[in-house]
Amino acid sequence: MHRRDILKGVTALGCSLAAHPLTTTMTFASVPGDARFVVIVLRGGMDGLGVLHPMNDPNLARMRPVLLRENAGDPLTDGFALHSALDPLRTLWAAGELAFAPAVSTPYRGQRSHFDGQDMLEAGTGMDVAPDALRGGWLNRMLSGLPGAESETAFAIGHEVPLILTGQNAISSWSPETRLDLTPQARLLLEHIYAGDPVFHAAASNAIDLAESLGVSTQIDSLGEQQMMMGEALEDTRSAAGPAKLAEFAANRLREETRIASFSLTGWDTHRNQLGGLRTALDRLGQAILTLRDGLGPVWEKTTVLAMTEFGRTVAENGNRGTDHGTGGTMLMAGGALRGGKLYGTWPGVAEADLLERRDLQPTDDVRRFAAWALRGSFGFDRAFLEQTVFPGVDLGEDPNLLRV
Amino acid sequence: MSAQLAARYGYGLSPQFDPPAGAAGWIDLLGAADPGLAFPGPDREAAIDAMTAFLEAIRLERRNNNAATRRARRNASRASLRFVFDGVRTALIRAAHVPAPLHDRLTEFWQDHFTVEVTPVRLRAWVPLMTANAIRPHVAGRFADMLKAVVTHPAMLLYLDQATAVGPNSPVGQRTGRGLNENLAREVLELHTLGVDGPYTQDDVRQLAELFTGLHADHSGFRFRPNMAEPGYETVLGVRYGAGPRARFSDIDAVLDDLARHPATALHIARKLAVHFISDQPDPRLIADLAHSFRDSDGDLNVVTAVLIDHPLGQDSFGAKAKRPMDYILSGVRALAPPADRLTALSNTDLRNLFDRPMQAMGQTYRRAPGPDGWPEATEAWITPQGLAARIGWAMAAPVAFRRDLPDPREFVTTALGPLASEATKLAARAAETRWEGIGLVLSAPEFNRR
Repeated sequence: MHRRDILKGVTALGCSLAAHPLTTTMTFASVPGDARFVVIVLRGGMDGLGVLHPMNDPNLARMRPVLLRENAGDPLTDGFALHSALDPLRTLWAAGELAFAPAVSTPYRGQRSHFDGQDMLEAGTGMDVAPDALRGGWLNRMLSGLPGAESETAFAIGHEVPLILTGQNAISSWSPETRLDLTPQARLLLEHIYAGDPVFHAAASNAIDLAESLGVSTQIDSLGEQQMMMGEALEDTRSAAGPAKLAEFAANRLREETRIASFSLTGWDTHRNQLGGLRTALDRLGQAILTLRDGLGPVWEKTTVLAMTEFGRTVAENGNRGTDHGTGGTMLMAGGALRGGKLYGTWPGVAEADLLERRDLQPTDDVRRFAAWALRGSFGFDRAFLEQTVFPGVDLGEDPNLLRV
Repeated sequence: MSAQLAARYGYGLSPQFDPPAGAAGWIDLLGAADPGLAFPGPDREAAIDAMTAFLEAIRLERRNNNAATRRARRNASRASLRFVFDGVRTALIRAAHVPAPLHDRLTEFWQDHFTVEVTPVRLRAWVPLMTANAIRPHVAGRFADMLKAVVTHPAMLLYLDQATAVGPNSPVGQRTGRGLNENLAREVLELHTLGVDGPYTQDDVRQLAELFTGLHADHSGFRFRPNMAEPGYETVLGVRYGAGPRARFSDIDAVLDDLARHPATALHIARKLAVHFISDQPDPRLIADLAHSFRDSDGDLNVVTAVLIDHPLGQDSFGAKAKRPMDYILSGVRALAPPADRLTALSNTDLRNLFDRPMQAMGQTYRRAPGPDGWPEATEAWITPQGLAARIGWAMAAPVAFRRDLPDPREFVTTALGPLASEATKLAARAAETRWEGIGLVLSAPEFNRR
């Protein structure tokens, strides 16, 4: 058969393909509300006490002889000092756009596993839910409460799609450097070969839609051009996972139709020589938050950013100037919508009797409770939806008044 | 069936070799010599020399930072990076030119089970050595031997911070004030042996961390240093180790033997094998049979892997798994079959553009898993819009760099996929306007990305 005839054959298949076209029409319906909500997942277990610590605490000085001496940090508020790597965020603090919940955790207890800990943080469930049942994340379930949510309403940014955004509701995911360049012919034939495989079909349709709406697709007509476009994308691969690129991409989306964005930052598992490792990780976090603020412009006023981790670390430093896996830790909040410039929650103290299992900071609050109140402030969800659907089993308790609204 | 088995236990079909006949053909390979060794792996002495030189260059630059020391450090860094790229070259050559690369697929599975990273840069040349010397020789041997080889390997000791951990009451601990680090002990229990649902507590983690003190590594290799080891006995899962007056390596050997043959370990390994090779949701009876064979054979991976390959419950789920990016690229190279000398001649820059960066764009940065639990298994984790776009980009643009004389797509669809090719893919191969696009479409097809 001649190629042209085959092509006609493919086109003739158009009728049946119409049942599952590779491109779905992207609709830009009016999205619910104005609020923007960003979750940065800090993978590896951020050392909350390294970020923010009580000053002049003899217990802490005894348990962290090296870490505390080498990084005292300057005072922030209420007798707490802030790691100097976050000094660039002090202007946000002064403007009431930065806050911390210094002694929170998920309900995860026991094995102190990063992976189970992150699963629980992202699933938003409690210990009563078997790990196998942790299907889907709370940011995805939350979309069920947003009438008019479209796939662009929520965006996962980076090479991975994090559990926190997976689930029943359609979301978008992309990595800042990714491109999709095809000849018209290849595009047509790809539609044909993906038609029979729902997973590939869905991924390819989304990829084509997104690449077009993001302006990262060109119609090419030669191998040379194809290679050039790939080369260009690959050139940017290294920096694509960097905090500035992720945050810049998020800000660009959030200025458009997107209301919810999430990406991850790694480098928090500081078992050894924490002074260097934590500084680098905090530099990157600070850079991400300032890039968001700068990129969002006026929309920053409507934005809440939560930076959450799977658990805190041991109060005592270990044998290698690092810290091991713990329980209670810090959540960082930022954004123009925030009632910031303060610490939220109760500080448990770090005297030996105050510690959990004589090693970890005792969490005094459920991190999900703050996340739930921030969602309520942003999108007006009712309590039942938050307590039963988004974070099943959480007790919202008293309103901490996180947002200005 | 042969094509399906080749996709699952090798890197798919090759124009050069017929796949082994049926499950029995693959099982026979387990008892035979590793054919990949025809293409030699890294030279240990040369790698150690390169790392030693790199550390020395870092030291000199610190002491006297000028243009010459900076240049020397950069050159030494590049020299040590060569071992990582050589590992990639060898992987590409073996994928294309080993008749049935079962040992390579198994090595990748166990490498992921015992994840280490090529960062920080000072330890990167240890990583290919661990793959070649601690993992590969044992993929059809005893699990306990692999566990011990890995847990005493500098790559693992440095990656999970054991190399610098010290018993606080040991002579070195008393003199320096240094102490324990829980990292390796926790991951050995949680990831390498019992699994996170296994019967261990925080106290077992702590005790194992104490027992592991003395496991030391520096740039020249592994050493057991009794004067770093915590004195006295430790109790792990109710068993006492190290009751003698002096710390002995044999106590660590003993605890690793006990962990390797623990029923929870059998179950954990059985589940991981089934999830990796068969399906994201494997039949519980398959897991039970694998665990049973692991216990009965005292962790003989030759026996366990044979049960896996031959199991009837695995036969109806071909195509259930998505190839991960490494598996995908190696399958592509096997199907393209570039001559070995072309692969040997790929420069580091070529490898960056054809392998390293594409792997990152597809979501699996080479030897830099996000954590010690390795890479995800689920199809949905890989076949994302951005991940699939990166695969399509590679499929269209990379093949011509591996071989300028691209095959005819109408033949390629058969040599690459055989009976797995769908009618739609065959039609696309015929309808493509150019060779490169036809090849790209075949390599983008779902059946080429699944196994």
